[in-house]
Amino acid sequence: MNNVFVYCEIEEGKIADVSLELLTKGRSLADDLKCDLEAVVIGADLKGVEKQIIPFGVDTVWMADDKRLYPYTTLPHTSIIVKLFQEEKPQIALMGATSIGRDLGPRVSSALHSGLTADCTSLVIGDHEDKKNNKEYKDLLYQIRPAFGGNIVATIINPDCRPQMATVREGVMKKEIRSEAYKGKVKNIEVEKYLNSEDFVVKVIERHMEKSKVNIKNAGIIVAGGYGVGSKENFEKLAELAHVIGGEVGASRAAVDAGYASHERQIGQTGVTVRPKLYIACGISGQIQHTAGMEESSMVIAINTDKNAPINNFADYVITGDIADVIPKMIKKYKENTK
Amino acid sequence: MKGLKIVVLAKQVPDTRNVGKDAMKADGTVNRAVLPAIFNPEDLNALEQALRLKDKYPGTEITLLTMGPGRAAEIIREGLYRGADNGFLLSDRAFAGSDTLATSYAISQALKKMGNIDIIIAGRQAIDGDTAQVGPQVAEKLAFPQITYAEDIVSAEKGKIIVKRRLERGVETVEGTMPMVVTVNASAPDCRPRNAKFVMKYKHARAVSEMQNADEDYIALHNNRPYLNIGEWSVNDIETKAEELGLSGSPTKVKAIENVVFQAKEAKVLEPTDADMDELMKELIANHTIG
Repeated sequence: MNNVFVYCEIEEGKIADVSLELLTKGRSLADDLKCDLEAVVIGADLKGVEKQIIPFGVDTVWMADDKRLYPYTTLPHTSIIVKLFQEEKPQIALMGATSIGRDLGPRVSSALHSGLTADCTSLVIGDHEDKKNNKEYKDLLYQIRPAFGGNIVATIINPDCRPQMATVREGVMKKEIRSEAYKGKVKNIEVEKYLNSEDFVVKVIERHMEKSKVNIKNAGIIVAGGYGVGSKENFEKLAELAHVIGGEVGASRAAVDAGYASHERQIGQTGVTVRPKLYIACGISGQIQHTAGMEESSMVIAINTDKNAPINNFADYVITGDIADVIPKMIKKYKENTK
Repeated sequence: MKGLKIVVLAKQVPDTRNVGKDAMKADGTVNRAVLPAIFNPEDLNALEQALRLKDKYPGTEITLLTMGPGRAAEIIREGLYRGADNGFLLSDRAFAGSDTLATSYAISQALKKMGNIDIIIAGRQAIDGDTAQVGPQVAEKLAFPQITYAEDIVSAEKGKIIVKRRLERGVETVEGTMPMVVTVNASAPDCRPRNAKFVMKYKHARAVSEMQNADEDYIALHNNRPYLNIGEWSVNDIETKAEELGLSGSPTKVKAIENVVFQAKEAKVLEPTDADMDELMKELIANHTIG
């Protein structure tokens, strides 16, 4: 009772990355709250799926296994989640801000009359004092999200309604296994008892899904490298930074031509146009052919040995130095500050 | 064949894509008065889907429903110019401060009053909040099924609706029953432009709250041409429970607002030292850029 729940999405037998990231965040929230972390998986042929889930520090995995439950449709998944939440009364429920989580979440929140905050970029536990009604709240979930086209960041709370629900996009939270030996249990949901007869009025009649691939177009953070990165080895340092801070690797045309990165990562006039909230340009001089594809980034950090590189005109932060020196320092300092 | 009864949910939103420096007040709240108010982009995609169904199924009636202040009647006129048949403005101070749940409650009560709806079509999300919640929450409150992320309503006949959805990693075609709530993606076709004939017909269409200062001639014009009266409902015109409305009906509360963009756009020069990198990471984490 009153635990942290994560709804896990599954595609072709594999739990979605966004769900694993949420389990990682859910685990740390559950640690703060000194409660259990529970996961819910709804789908077909789920035998053994718990092995992908429990190592993230999950104490209980709820499984609803029925061939009618895959692929996802709104109503049966809603019915199961709503009833399960009514029984288990989670204090927090997290879902991916995906076409599934953003379809299911609002429907569930409406049925339970609980607050839902979409696309959170940060989730932390904190207290709240309601001065007007002279009430104090302990251990609420602060749901932090950009709003208003990204021009403001709002902290949202749900003081009185439970569960406190939030969705988070893929790649925003870190994915980290708690322990391969973590001990969790599986509870099977008796599907028939949770479904209503009219839950299958919407049927999927055709479906074409692609395997997940490089998606720099929608990445919130991009670490991009140019010819100045100098080598494939140095490019791997960029990849490491991107991985650590939850971003994707991009490249200029010169870097792609030099064989440092694949073409699908190319940004600029002959590649894709990106609008991330953070763009880290490494060893990129800043020719118009490249900047045309990134100039709408919300924030730009330029790392270059040339302190007069044109890219610096687009930058919020200019770091004059060598990639091989700067990037490892950034990784180290990021880790120190997020402990 | 009898046409469909379609309601398009639309929202007037501040144009967050063109935010200037004066967009924030000193207290950190948004100064909506200085931002241009526009028809929420995905709601226009939704309207186009409705218009295509009207082209396909003669006799179809399209009603626009919006909730907002008096000036939100502008988007109803915009909808009429593009081919909608009529519209309603849901406007009352009692709705102020609504989160998505309280909003969907008020809208669903208005939809219940309309009755006999075959399809409710809305944009997937509005650009001022990007939550994508009101569509599904309205569906739940009406006990209608829902199809989100729609790109094309392929057909809607004999009680069945077929919709193509655009998801992150592919496409899906689903079939459901009517009544149905459909929310439409920006990847759907753009809305057709205004039709000159409809602009002539509806340019004097006004909601009640826009008629406050009208002279006798203008009132007479509206009495003679009932189609120029945009329906306007206050909280008293729909059946509601006060505790479900506005701030009291909203489970989510805003605890704090931080202004993130309007900082001087002058590059900060850092040295590649541990101390500077430490400062950089602390700043990026503090302003929620990373972490």
